[in-house]
Amino acid sequence: MTNLTPLTEIADEGAPRAEATAPTAPAKAPRRSGARSLLPRWSPRLAIGLGLVGAISLFGLIGPFLVGDPNAISNIGLAGPSGEHLLGTTQTGQDVLAQLAHATRGSLQIGLLVGVLATALSALFGIIGGYVGGFVDELFSLLSNVMLVIPGLPLVIVISGFVPAAQRGWWTIALVLAITGWAASARVLRAQTLSLRNRDYVAAARVAGERPWRVVSVEILPNLLPVLASQFVFAVIAAILSEAGLSFLGLGASNSSTLGTMLYFAQNGFALQREAWWWFAPPGLLIALFGCGLSLINFSIDEIINPRLRTATAAKRSARKTTRSTAA
Amino acid sequence: MRYYARKIGFYLVALWAALTLNFLIPRLMPGNPVDILMAKLQQRGGVVDPEARRSYELLLGANTDEPLLSQYFSYLGNMARGDLGVSVSAFPAPVSDVIWQSLPWTIVLVGIATLISFVLGVVLGALVGWRRGTWLDSLVPATTVLSAVPYFWLALILAAIFASALRWFPLLGGYDVSLMPGWNWEFISSAVYYGTLPALTIVISSVGGWLLGMRNMMVSTSSDDYILTAQAKGLREGRIMTRYAARNAVLPSVAGFAISLGFVVSGSIVTEQVFSYPGIGSKLLQAVQNNDYALMQGIFLVITVAVLGANMIVDLLYGVIDPRTRVGN
Repeated sequence: MTNLTPLTEIADEGAPRAEATAPTAPAKAPRRSGARSLLPRWSPRLAIGLGLVGAISLFGLIGPFLVGDPNAISNIGLAGPSGEHLLGTTQTGQDVLAQLAHATRGSLQIGLLVGVLATALSALFGIIGGYVGGFVDELFSLLSNVMLVIPGLPLVIVISGFVPAAQRGWWTIALVLAITGWAASARVLRAQTLSLRNRDYVAAARVAGERPWRVVSVEILPNLLPVLASQFVFAVIAAILSEAGLSFLGLGASNSSTLGTMLYFAQNGFALQREAWWWFAPPGLLIALFGCGLSLINFSIDEIINPRLRTATAAKRSARKTTRSTAA
Repeated sequence: MRYYARKIGFYLVALWAALTLNFLIPRLMPGNPVDILMAKLQQRGGVVDPEARRSYELLLGANTDEPLLSQYFSYLGNMARGDLGVSVSAFPAPVSDVIWQSLPWTIVLVGIATLISFVLGVVLGALVGWRRGTWLDSLVPATTVLSAVPYFWLALILAAIFASALRWFPLLGGYDVSLMPGWNWEFISSAVYYGTLPALTIVISSVGGWLLGMRNMMVSTSSDDYILTAQAKGLREGRIMTRYAARNAVLPSVAGFAISLGFVVSGSIVTEQVFSYPGIGSKLLQAVQNNDYALMQGIFLVITVAVLGANMIVDLLYGVIDPRTRVGN
């Protein structure tokens, strides 16, 4: 949902500062060979993050084949975890673990779809606006600023409320979430593009008569990759959280099964009042762990963008490493 | 002065955009909400005169012969008069009355909760950022986990533990229903008691964002030259941290505060649903479930206007706090 936004927002407000520090990054980059400079440094955080995300993705990918039918109804309703049902059963005796595997797949699907769409939209409005400048920039940044101040979730709820349930498919929900979720990233991308377009090598490319699309895609875009990656990661978390919220309210895609719909059925089946924790705790925990894993990955990406964020020890370690590599 | 004119101009444009969105959404979506509404209205014993039908058509759009542009201007006229139509689910109350009843609940709950989490996050973040590299750093991953937890799931867990299992707090509602709402001690204390759990949910899930933002800014400022100067002057550590570093590091958080006001209102929609809190969020959901389109749109508009207003006030104040922003733009 939106509890992540203060973060992106602050990163955004810090953009002028990042601009000031950014020039140090390319100066350092040549010491690490080419594409490697775009990869995050290895750290326990990154390892834990990748581990969490990998494990949950595998569970969503492979899990549905290993578990039984998530909708099979049996006569042992609301039973706690046991050997037969590892995570217990729902009110109507459906296996919670089986539902969890299918729901995880559903949530990952929509998260990825929205992540791609929202990142594409923010790149379109942020980079093009920042690069072209003038009227286009004014218009695009006005648009993203307006989208930023119009509260997203109420808008999403109203739109979903108007679409008849039968017509509310994956794509409808994904589009609505992407349209309400691109603005903050576009602002950051615009600020970064503005600082990049005035660098000497971009000016040189322009003077040399390169076409604008080539300058943007070859000279500017590669330098924005870490920012784009970090925003994609955030967009995926935000999408999974918003979709879960929407489904929890009963406004998600029809015939879908995501972690949010599981929580919706748990709430409607009075899982809370009956203290059936095995029903409503696992879906939320999975969302939290997945989001946490992605945030940890994001920290590592952020350290590429803003070298000042590297912790003191890591900075010392890398300094030692660079002196060693230059000595060798 | 130009700075303020620009800001106010921007918020006017944003307001216009929100109004236009509100006008376009029902017209772009499939289905015919007016017919559903009129049928519902008749069920409830409402009089379906052409007058009422026309006002709903302006609000929601239908296949009328009237050109879109003139519908649009009549709609703007209605909005300017504060005429949001009649609520179907709370028939015959006008939409504006329903909103006025539930708005104070949300404003007080969300306002207090956001303020607490902002102050807590900024103070902790300043401390963590200043004492970088000590055990306090372990707070950062902990808050990451918290900020990835879905709001409503946290609400479910808290409700399960503190309301269902321990029975320390009530599970549902905004106040003890045996009391009459009013400005007396009994009622207010009951409202506080019922509001604690939802407020706790909001604080816990949003404090991490503030903490992290403040910490990162603290880390950035603490390597600035004026901090070094202050340290060389031999000023007390506590003074350097609060007067020199934190004071400059807090500015982006202040700007974020305004924007978060809007997002916390929207996040609390789901939280309110979990606790059946009598705020604007659960009203919005009731409206959606009952196909009460007029109420839905009215609530969306009110939330948007509140968010825009809060943003504008903080934006204007920000120009006073940090003069650099006025020059920069």
